[in-house]
Amino acid sequence: MIDQLLYYLEYPFVRYAIIVGVLIALCSSLLGVTLVLKRYSFIGDGLSHVAFGALAIASIMQVTSTTLVTMPITIIAAVILLKGGQNAKIKGDAAIAMISVASLAIGYMLMNVFSASSANVSGDVCSTLFGSTSILTLKSSEVMVCLVFSVIVIATFILFYNKIFGVTFDENFAKATGVRSGAYNLLIAIIIAVIIVLGMNLVGSLLISALIIFPALSAMRLMNNFLSVIITSAIISVIAALVGIIVSILYSTPVGSTIVCVDLAVFIICYIIDAIKTA
Amino acid sequence: MAFIKCSDLAVGYEGKAVAEGLNFEVNEGDYLCIVGENGAGKTTLMKTMLHLTKIISGTIEYGDGLKPYEIGYLPQQTITQQDFPASVEEIVMSGNLSKLGLRPFYNKAERAEAKKNMKRMDIYDLKNKSFRNLSGGQKQRVLLARALCASTKLIVLDEPVSGLDPKVTLDFYQLIKKLNDEGMTVIMVSHDIHEGLKDASHILHVTGKQLYFGEADKYPESDAYKLLTSIELKKGAKA
Repeated sequence: MIDQLLYYLEYPFVRYAIIVGVLIALCSSLLGVTLVLKRYSFIGDGLSHVAFGALAIASIMQVTSTTLVTMPITIIAAVILLKGGQNAKIKGDAAIAMISVASLAIGYMLMNVFSASSANVSGDVCSTLFGSTSILTLKSSEVMVCLVFSVIVIATFILFYNKIFGVTFDENFAKATGVRSGAYNLLIAIIIAVIIVLGMNLVGSLLISALIIFPALSAMRLMNNFLSVIITSAIISVIAALVGIIVSILYSTPVGSTIVCVDLAVFIICYIIDAIKTA
Repeated sequence: MAFIKCSDLAVGYEGKAVAEGLNFEVNEGDYLCIVGENGAGKTTLMKTMLHLTKIISGTIEYGDGLKPYEIGYLPQQTITQQDFPASVEEIVMSGNLSKLGLRPFYNKAERAEAKKNMKRMDIYDLKNKSFRNLSGGQKQRVLLARALCASTKLIVLDEPVSGLDPKVTLDFYQLIKKLNDEGMTVIMVSHDIHEGLKDASHILHVTGKQLYFGEADKYPESDAYKLLTSIELKKGAKA
């Protein structure tokens, strides 16, 4: 098995897949904790559907880099969802459900009506939703884009770590002491959107929110302070992604769902450990 | 000039006033208790003073060396915080957040400030404990220590003893009293008109409008007090 793995690792596309997989797993785990604690878990899910719709538009327009279209649209949707959370006419969860199903429907419709390669629409849709093999067909330029965005996300997270903690734990307190919490919420929304667009390559738009939520939930079972929850969440996420990618290469299972299954297994183990500890 | 001076202030939300005609001031060293029935606008008034809610009409002036955001706030706990994985130290430290500005990390002075306030609140030995595993009284001390990091001049407390048992409540009032004796200005929103009022220097009674503002000693003789206690008595009779 090791021989087989080493043999595969000689191919650049396998190495690319592992690099991109680890980076996306790392980025997505960082903000997962904030999302879960702010009760925003479903925003990740909603946004990924928006990204799917945006990707459909991008592929119709036949732009060279789809990220150029999906990134801005997803960021705008993230800002609207997070900003409108408190004072919108349509309440939070309903707004998210509405935007997410509407984007799915519009995306699928557009792909069917306008797709150039009409022969394989269901194949395209399937790979956008579940990521399937697209991670194994990455070009070096795409790896670079992912690398640059990952570095930006990680650096932003570290530099704003204390502020993100502040607005996550108690937004009103932060605001009352003169912290511009609105601006930091905006920052959180933008980073989430960036992560979702990046992650679509890896696990597809249906499964990306699993990558954001699961490591955070697992780490919260085990750890008792914010910093160690974040670090544990990052470690769990990276290991799950590595294991998932390797398993999927060796046994030719779909990459995205394999990673999510590993994440789920880790969560169950953490849940049991926590249950035993408290009992 | 007072720390906070409210003139002909109306507070509310979505453009609608819930309490109006508020004229009062808070001076350095005061211990102001804001009382009134539920829904009478106490919490809205407090949130307006903290810039969390917009003023409907009138003015709030901050002065005498108090900057508008130099207020330590002890809010009511939210559901989010019940299972929040954060250590006592992390939470107290976040009281220094506004001092950071563009700087990403806390410096030595801010760490020292957090340590000092944890010791002051007698929670230093809990500093690595998780907030979600603390008792109600311990949680309030943690949030109070955080408020003390945010301001050395004025703290605002929103129903700080709700949900605490009687003994812990008394301890907590003593703690506030001690801070006030040390020079800290205190504004407390409370519906506990018995124990809660004992230490206050001033009372503001709000029920839609300002029913009483003045020294605490003279409050029991006022009509507003009689009104409030008669409501209490009726409630007591029903129960």
